Amino acid sequence: MFSDLPILPALVAIPLIGALFLAFVSRLTQADGRDQMERNAPRTALLVSLIVLLLSVVLVIDFDASNPGFQFVDEAPWLGGGIDFRMGVDGISVLFILLTAFLTPLCILASEISIKERKTDYMIAFLLLESLMIGVFCALDLVLFYIFFEAVLIPMFLIIGVWGGANRIYASYKFFLYTLLGSVLMLAAILWLYAQSGVQFADATTDMRALKNLDIPGNVQTWLWLAFFASFAVKMPMWPVHTWLPDAHVQAPTAGSVILAGILLKLGGYGFLRFSLPYFPDASVQFAPLIFTLSVIAIIYTSLVAYRQTDMKKLIAYSSVAHMGFVTMGIFAFNMQGIQGGLFQMISHGLVSGALFFCVGVVYDRMHTRDIAFYGGLVKRMPIFAAFFLLFTMANVGLPGTSGFVGEILTMIGAYQVSPWVAAGAALGMILSAMYALHLYRETIFGEQVNEKLDVITDVTGREWLILGLLAFFTILLGVYPALVTDVTAASVEQLISEFQAATAVPVEAPELAPELAGVN
Amino acid sequence: MLYQTIVFAPLIGAIIAGLAGTRFGGARLPEKASMIVTTGLLFLSAILSWVAFARIGFGDAPDTTITLMRWMDIGGLKADWALKIDTLTAVMLIVVNTVSALVHLYSWGYMEDDAYKPRFFAYLSLFTFAMLMLVTSDNFIQLFFGWEGVGLASYLLIGYYYKKPSANAAAIKAFVTNRVGDVGLALGIMTIFLVFGSVEFDVVFAAIAENSDRRLDFLGLDVNAIELIAMLLFIGAMGKSAQFVLHVWLPDAMEGPTPVSALIHAATMVTAGVFLVCRAFPIYEVAPITSGFITIVGAFTAFFAATVGLVQNDIKRVIAYSTCSQLGYMFFAAGVGAYNAAMFHLFTHAFFKALLFLGAGSVIHALHHEQDMRKMGGIWRKVPWTYAGMIIGTLALTGIGMPLLGWGFAGFFSKDAIIEAAYAVGAGGGNNAAVFAFWMGLIAAFMTSFYSWRLIFMTFHGRYRSDHHTFEHAHESPWSMRVPLIVLSIGAIFAGAIFYKSFMYGYGGFWHGALPIEGGAEHAMAPTNLYAAAEGYESAGEDHGGGHHFPLWVLFSPLVVSALGFVLAFFMYRNGGTERRIAHAAETGGSPIYQFLLNKWYIDELYDVTIVRGARWLGDVFWKVIDVGIIDRFGPNGVAAFTAGASRRLSRLQSGKVFHYAFVMLIGVSILIVIGLRGFGG
Repeated sequence: MFSDLPILPALVAIPLIGALFLAFVSRLTQADGRDQMERNAPRTALLVSLIVLLLSVVLVIDFDASNPGFQFVDEAPWLGGGIDFRMGVDGISVLFILLTAFLTPLCILASEISIKERKTDYMIAFLLLESLMIGVFCALDLVLFYIFFEAVLIPMFLIIGVWGGANRIYASYKFFLYTLLGSVLMLAAILWLYAQSGVQFADATTDMRALKNLDIPGNVQTWLWLAFFASFAVKMPMWPVHTWLPDAHVQAPTAGSVILAGILLKLGGYGFLRFSLPYFPDASVQFAPLIFTLSVIAIIYTSLVAYRQTDMKKLIAYSSVAHMGFVTMGIFAFNMQGIQGGLFQMISHGLVSGALFFCVGVVYDRMHTRDIAFYGGLVKRMPIFAAFFLLFTMANVGLPGTSGFVGEILTMIGAYQVSPWVAAGAALGMILSAMYALHLYRETIFGEQVNEKLDVITDVTGREWLILGLLAFFTILLGVYPALVTDVTAASVEQLISEFQAATAVPVEAPELAPELAGVN
Repeated sequence: MLYQTIVFAPLIGAIIAGLAGTRFGGARLPEKASMIVTTGLLFLSAILSWVAFARIGFGDAPDTTITLMRWMDIGGLKADWALKIDTLTAVMLIVVNTVSALVHLYSWGYMEDDAYKPRFFAYLSLFTFAMLMLVTSDNFIQLFFGWEGVGLASYLLIGYYYKKPSANAAAIKAFVTNRVGDVGLALGIMTIFLVFGSVEFDVVFAAIAENSDRRLDFLGLDVNAIELIAMLLFIGAMGKSAQFVLHVWLPDAMEGPTPVSALIHAATMVTAGVFLVCRAFPIYEVAPITSGFITIVGAFTAFFAATVGLVQNDIKRVIAYSTCSQLGYMFFAAGVGAYNAAMFHLFTHAFFKALLFLGAGSVIHALHHEQDMRKMGGIWRKVPWTYAGMIIGTLALTGIGMPLLGWGFAGFFSKDAIIEAAYAVGAGGGNNAAVFAFWMGLIAAFMTSFYSWRLIFMTFHGRYRSDHHTFEHAHESPWSMRVPLIVLSIGAIFAGAIFYKSFMYGYGGFWHGALPIEGGAEHAMAPTNLYAAAEGYESAGEDHGGGHHFPLWVLFSPLVVSALGFVLAFFMYRNGGTERRIAHAAETGGSPIYQFLLNKWYIDELYDVTIVRGARWLGDVFWKVIDVGIIDRFGPNGVAAFTAGASRRLSRLQSGKVFHYAFVMLIGVSILIVIGLRGFGG
C-alpha cells in the first residue's frame, strides 16, 4: 500500500534530518541551556529512531516476499553520466534495514545512561550512523553504495575516537588503516566496471542491476573479485585481516560495539552476496576454496584465541570473527542451505552478539572494568542478568532453539554438500565455542563471589530489562520459527543461485572453465 | 491433545517456575506454588504417558505423527516441530515421565534446605521437556534440538551448586565432552541430508535399501554412505551415553544434586544414545561394520567401567560407573541386533538405577551430605526403608532370578536377555565381536555384583566409621522421599517379569514395527528355551524363527557369577574387612592395580595433558605469536610506525585526532570519485 511512496529515501533521510536538527539546536543553545539539551537530545534521538523503526516495519510488511526482484525502487537524476540516485530493496537487503532500525533505538536507550559526556554530539553521530547504514542496504547505484559504504565508517570512527576507552586512538587508527586498503582497491574496481559499462552498453551506467549483465572475461573477473574481496574481507572480518576488530570493540562504547558487531560486520557478507557472486561468478567459483580455507581457519583459530582472552569484550569480539567464518563458508557453498544459512547467521549474530555486548555493558557501567578475573559469582546479586546472559551465551554456542543454531547448521549442511572437509572443520567450532563461552560464563557468573567490590552491584534496571528482553524474545523466536527470516529471503536467494548457476554453467565459448566447475557443482 | 499434553505440561511447569518463581520480572510466586505446579504437571504427564503406553503397546491406538509447526524449510531441507508416537516413543515417555515425576516429588525432601528451589524445579521440568522433544521427534534435527537441550539442562543441574569450583568444572566438562559427540551427530545429520535429501525419519528409513551400496568420499576416505552415517550417529551416542573414550564426564557429573543424578545421569538422558541407535535401527541393520564397532565399544565400556567401580569410595561414583557399565550392555545388545533387548534393559534399568541413586541420596541426606563410604557403615537400622530399597535395587541390578522358572527381579530378565543374545549371535559364527561381548558381559556381571554388594556392606553394615554426632542424628528420610523409593522398588521387582513377553517377543503386536523382534542376526531374538519352558511359550518360539537352544551353562552363568561376586564381597567387606581394607589402602596406597583403577585408568590425566593443555597452548600461540607478533607487527603497527614518521616530517596531519583521519578519508574518497568519474564518464 505504501509502495508508491518514497519509503527508502525517507528511511535514509529521517535520521539524517534528526541529526541535523540536533546539531542545529545544539548550536543555538546557550551555556545555561546545555544541561537541558543534554537531557533532551537522547529522547529526541530515540523518537526519531522509533519513527524509523515503525517505517521499516511497514516496509517489511509491505514487502512482497514472493517477488525475487527489487521493490520500492526509486530513481532520480543525480551526478549525470549514468550515475543516478537509485534505491530499492530485495529479500537479501530488506531484513538488514529492519535489523538496523531495531538495534539503533536499543543503542540509544542504553547510551542515554552510559554516556556521560557530550551526549548531544553522540546522538548526532548515532543518527548519522543509522542513516548511512540504511543507505548502504538501500543503494542500487554503485557510486551511491560506495559513498554510504565508506561514509558509514566516519561516525563509527568518531564514536570510538571520542567516546571510546583509553587506547581509542590506536584502535581507530588500526581500523582506519585496514579499511583504507580495501576501499581504495574496491574503488578502482568500481571505476573499471563503470568504464566497461560505457564500452559494452549504449550508455555508461553505475546501475547495480544493469552491471550484472556485463560480460567480464575470466582473468579480469579474478582481479575485480580480489579488489572487492579486499574490502569485504576486512569488513567481515576474515582471517588474517581481523586484528582490528578486537581492538575496536574493546575501545568502543557499548552501543558502538553493538552496532559494529550487529550491522557493520554484515556489510562484508552483504557485499559478497550483492557483488562478488552475481558480478564475478566464475571468479567466485575459482576462489571458493580460498574462502573455505580462510573461513575454517577463522572458526578454529579465533575460537582458540577467544578461549585465552582475559577481557570480556575481546573474547566476544574474537567469537564474532569465528561466527562470521560460518557466514562466508555458507555463502560460498553456492546452494540454498548455505546462502540462506549465511544470511540467517548474519541476522542472528546481529541480535546475539549485540545482546552479548549489551550484557558486557551492563556490568561495565557498574564496575568500569571488563576484566574477567574481576568478576565471579554474579548470579547471587544479579540473577536476572545471569539468566539473560545464559540465554545469549547459549545462542552464541549455537544451541538449538535459539537463532544461533539455525545459521550454523544450515551453513554447515550447505558446505558439507560441497566439501565434507570444510564442514567437519567448521563443526569443530561447535566444541570450541562451548569451551570459550562457558568459560566466560563460569568465570563471571558462577563461583563464589570473592571480590568485595562486587557487593554493591545491582541487578538489571528496567531499561536494561527492556533491551535484553526484546533481544531475548527475538533470539528465541527466530530459533523456533526461523521461517520469519527465511521466507523473506528465499525468493531472492533462489534467483541469485539460479542466475549464478546459469552464469557458471559450462559456457560454449569458454570451455577452459569446465574442469573447475565440475569440482564444485 | 493427549500427546501434546504429555510433552508440553513439563514446559509449562518450567516456564511458570522459572519466570514467576524466581522473581524474574518482578512478581514472585511462593516457593511452594512453584513446586506444586511443576510436580503436579509432571505427575499429569506421567499418568497420561502410561495411558498412551497402554493404548499404543497393548491397545489398538495407531502410531501417529502430529505436526505442530514448520521449523526449517530451506531448499529441500525440511524439518518440522512434530510429535512422532510409536511404541518406541511410548516406552521412552513412560520411562522419562515416571522417573521425572518421582524425582520431582523426591526433591521436595532432598532439596528442603535449598535456597533456590523454584530454579531447581524449573531446571528439572525443562530437562524433562527437552528429553520428551528428543524422543518424540520425527526428524533428525528436532532430535538434535532435544539432544542439545538435555545437554543444557544437564549442564545447569550439574553446576547447580554454582559456588563449588568442582561443580562448575564438571558442568563444563559434561557440556564440552558431549559437544565432541555432537560434532559426530551433526556430521551424521549432514551426511543423511546429502545422501537422502531429507532429514525426516520416515523418508530416510524408506530409502535405505536403494542407497545401501552408495559410496562417499569422506575426509579422503572412500566409505559406504550408510556405514558412515551409522558411525557418525554413534559417535554422538557415545558422547551422550558416556561410552569409553567419551565417558569421562559422567562420573564428574555426580557433582550435581542426587535427584539429578537419578533422573538425568542414570535413567533418562544418558540412555538417549541407546534410543538413537534403536530409533535408527534400519540404518544399523545394513551397517554391519559399525554394528560390530558398537558391540565392541559397548562391551568394553561394560567391562572398563565395572573395573573402575570396584574400588571407588564415593557412593555416587560407584553407581555412576555402574550406569556407564550398564549402558555398555545396552549398546552391545544393539550392536548384535537385539534392539528390543537394549530397549528392555533401558526400561528396567531406569527403575532400578533411579532407585539406587535415590536410595544413595537418602543415605547422603541422612548423614548430612556425607558421600564417602569409608565414613559410613552400620546404618541400616537407622534407615530401614532406604536399606530395603537399596537391597531391592541391588538384587535387580545384579540380575537375581531363577532360570527355567521365569521368576526374578527386573534386571534378571533384561540383562540375561542381552548376554544370551550376544551368545546366540556369537555362536551363530562369523561375529567375533559378539563373542567378545558375551565374555565381557559375563565378566562385567561378576564385577557388578561385587561392587554392588561392596557398596551395601560398606554403607549399611559393620561399624559406623565417622563421628558419633552424625550417627545419632541419622534419620530416615521423609515420606516425600520414601514414596519414590517404594514405587521404584515395585518397578525394580516386577518390571522385568511383567513386560518380558512384550519387549522380547512383541506379544500382542507390542512393537508393531517400531523395532524388529528378530533382530539383525537370525536367531538372536527368538525366545530362549529358558522362559519358553517356564511360561509355555514354545509356540511363540517357533513362530519367531525357532527357539534357540542354549546350553545350560549359558543360562546359568550370569546367575553364578553374580553369586560369586556376592560371596567375594561378603568375605572381603564383612566382619571388619572394610576397616582393614581402608586402613591398608591408607597406609600403603594399595597395589599398583588398585591405584590404576582408583585413578580411572588415568584417562582424565591423559586428556588434561594432551587436549586441554594443547588447546590452551594453541590459543596462546595463535593470539600472542601470530595475531600480535606477526599480523599486527607487520600489518597495521608497521604501517602506522612508518606513516607516523613520514607524516610528522611532511605535515601536521598526525595530530593524533581520529577526526582528522575521517575527514581526510572523506576528502580523499570524494576526490577519487570525481576524478575517476569525470575521467571515464565525462
